Amino acid sequence: MKKLINDPRSVVDESVEGFGMAHADLVEVHTDPIFLVRKGAPVAGKVALVSGGGSGHEPLHAGFVGHGMLDAAVPGAVFTSPTPDQIIPATTAVDSGAGVIHIVKNYTGDVLNFETAAEMAQAEGVSVRSILVNDDVAVEDSLYTAGRRGVGGTVLVEKIAGAAAERGDSLEAVAGVAEGVVRNVRTMGVALSGCTVPHAGVPTFELAEDEIEIGIGIHGEPGRHRIAMEGADGITSRLLDPVLEDLGIKAGEEVLLFVNGMGGTPLSELYIVYRRAAQILAERGARVERSLVGNYVTSLEMQGCSISVLRLDDELTALWDAPVHTPALRWGM
Amino acid sequence: MGLGVEWAVDWLTLSARRIAEHREELIALDRAIGDSDHGENMDRGFQAVMEKLAQSPPETPGAALKLAAMALMSKVGGAAGPLYGTAYLRAATALGESTDIDAAALAGALTAARDGIVARGKAVLGDKTMVDAWSPAVEAADEVLAAGGDAVAVLAAAAEAAEVGAVTTDPLVARKGRASYLGERSAGHRDPGAASSALLLRAAATAAGFPEGSAE
Repeated sequence: MKKLINDPRSVVDESVEGFGMAHADLVEVHTDPIFLVRKGAPVAGKVALVSGGGSGHEPLHAGFVGHGMLDAAVPGAVFTSPTPDQIIPATTAVDSGAGVIHIVKNYTGDVLNFETAAEMAQAEGVSVRSILVNDDVAVEDSLYTAGRRGVGGTVLVEKIAGAAAERGDSLEAVAGVAEGVVRNVRTMGVALSGCTVPHAGVPTFELAEDEIEIGIGIHGEPGRHRIAMEGADGITSRLLDPVLEDLGIKAGEEVLLFVNGMGGTPLSELYIVYRRAAQILAERGARVERSLVGNYVTSLEMQGCSISVLRLDDELTALWDAPVHTPALRWGM
Repeated sequence: MGLGVEWAVDWLTLSARRIAEHREELIALDRAIGDSDHGENMDRGFQAVMEKLAQSPPETPGAALKLAAMALMSKVGGAAGPLYGTAYLRAATALGESTDIDAAALAGALTAARDGIVARGKAVLGDKTMVDAWSPAVEAADEVLAAGGDAVAVLAAAAEAAEVGAVTTDPLVARKGRASYLGERSAGHRDPGAASSALLLRAAATAAGFPEGSAE
């Protein structure tokens, strides 16, 4: 294992410390327990958005703290959900009195820890609404699994709900917008390699030179099945077809197309995937109105990508276009 | 005579040692069907338990378990943090202020812990989770209690049943937690949560004076 670290046990602390130093104009870092808030939080009268999860997905979530997106991010250990003793102070620190939205990826650990924290924050007088993101179509059988996972679509939920909160929407209204995004976004991912959790020291799974893993999550866990390596166009179809199938995208509909890198795949390859995905959507008569390409929800140094499609309407497009200023996403200001 | 606060502190201390000793093994089990963090998280959690025990020594077994619950809930993370936290908290509540825990109180505490795990995680027997260790442990404890066994015998039976229960998860297909995403591919691997549960219940029996050996 070759990693730019000092000690596997201090990876999260040192990384967050550096993040806070690099983006001191946008975020404030709290330590013991560790969480990050938007500079100047709480914002008077504004509904606050809090998200969090295991570390190793950077820039998710800390990279999205700032104007027009998150008010707080709570990083857990690598691939491990944060704990209530972090989530509760992060929640109370950003509450202006207008209430707090928890954006939770549907992984058992995240759900249990945020559930516990929400109950306890509510006991302290904070109005909390939880939004569960479950955009991963790779999980087919929700009766015999923990349900569809929250993956790439989480970024789109955070951006669009963040814009709704920034324009002054109420707690219920922001929650409604967030649920609207969750209903209309689907994602599927592929891994060309595993990744190595620092404290484990060996890869979470091994793939032969000619193998890829279809339907991965974002915590280095293996996917649904393993197939032989093929060209980018073929892989793009394998990911996008089930996404479009599940969303039921029809000719004439407007979409946002998001090709997300898992951390170890160059941007040039992500654009090769984007190219084919846009072609497939055009063949189906769908109109790609907005796009996002880059490493936003990663799995450490894993090679691979995920493709997300969000069905747009005028409201969602306007909220997507609204100004945002965070360490990892910035436009309009 | 039942078990006192010394037993509870010994149990937690021995648990911390056993988890540290099996840290790599738990990481390896979790790497096969999860995300490689269970051994690391449990080790971090029980180190926090040890720190809290040193800072504020508890006066009753219930207080010791409550202290452990809070430390695990706040330091473990993942699904295991809230699940074990809930288990120890429910057990602590069941034991109350008592300073002398007899076989019936102990069996009641084990039942409360298991019920807490089921309530929080919503898993049932056979889902390939820690419930597969805890449920047989509770049943075995109740049987020994009904047969007139003492507290040590109750714990010994629970430990034995939990170890067998953990082994029975090997061929199962996971239906809860992160391993469930693997579907059929989760079969052939032991559930890490069931494995750590068996270690903790064995530590409870050992701390009560039941000779080790069969476990190793």
